[in-house]
Amino acid sequence: MNCKQATQLLSLQQERPLSRRERFSLRFHLMMCKACRNFSTQMDSLRTISRHYAKGEHPASDDRESH
Amino acid sequence: MPDNSSVPGSSAPGSSAPDRSANSAGRVAQAADAQSLTDPQFLEALRNQMIRFATLQLRDEHQAEDAVQEALAGALKNADSFARQSALRTWVFSILKYKIADILRYRQRVIATSELGDTEQQDQAMMDGLFNANGHWHRAERPSSWSGPQGGVQSDHFWRVFDACLNGLPEKQARVFMMREFIELESHEICNQLELSTSNLHVLLYRARLRLRACLENSWFQAPASGKESDTGLTKEGERQ
Repeated sequence: MNCKQATQLLSLQQERPLSRRERFSLRFHLMMCKACRNFSTQMDSLRTISRHYAKGEHPASDDRESH
Repeated sequence: MPDNSSVPGSSAPGSSAPDRSANSAGRVAQAADAQSLTDPQFLEALRNQMIRFATLQLRDEHQAEDAVQEALAGALKNADSFARQSALRTWVFSILKYKIADILRYRQRVIATSELGDTEQQDQAMMDGLFNANGHWHRAERPSSWSGPQGGVQSDHFWRVFDACLNGLPEKQARVFMMREFIELESHEICNQLELSTSNLHVLLYRARLRLRACLENSWFQAPASGKESDTGLTKEGERQ
């Protein structure tokens, strides 16, 4: 598995559970590849960030301007 | 775009639904007097925030106006139940998300279905820029650690960068990403609405995530420490101030 395939699986993982085989080869790749480990964490962050954004929870200027 | 600088109740009604909007405007004006919502600054800011959010997803200012108008009217009818502004904001955004989903669903019936090919070349170029021929990261593109997802994320500036990165996505990728991550539709719902195959959807989401990730990393997480407030290299930067 290369990084391109690993990142595809890491995105796919946000959509459906990976198969056993996919999980296994992904885990193996991640053990050796720090960049893809970072990518993996970032996929979760991206989801968290998006949900905050969509809830309107981002403290855009209004929180500071209103009292 | 009509002038939005006033409080919701006094804005121009949306063009496509005059009756409804005029009605809403009345209710909004009435409800704006409710106890927790006497702050016109709060309402104006909330409205602007909603317009931005809706416009990003719908890419149509009139429809965005209408959706926001209706969502606000709906929420403000029940304004008494919201003691805190933050609770109201969450509520109003959840209504807005449903409105947007409705509009997208309706629009999809009217629009040609597969645009997947449109950005194929662009996408290929992006992939080549990220990965070498063996499918490994180019050195300069290796994802770095984001020093904790909260690393400065709760700031105005971050959200402006995030907006700009979203704006930079190809339209279809932006749409599916938002449907998935903002409106939180399940994959199969999006496939049904947009008449996409599951694998097409996965490709679109993958590419959207690659782009967004790279954009955030370059523009925020790795931006030169000294210039974080100004040198993001984003053309959209500062546009919203």
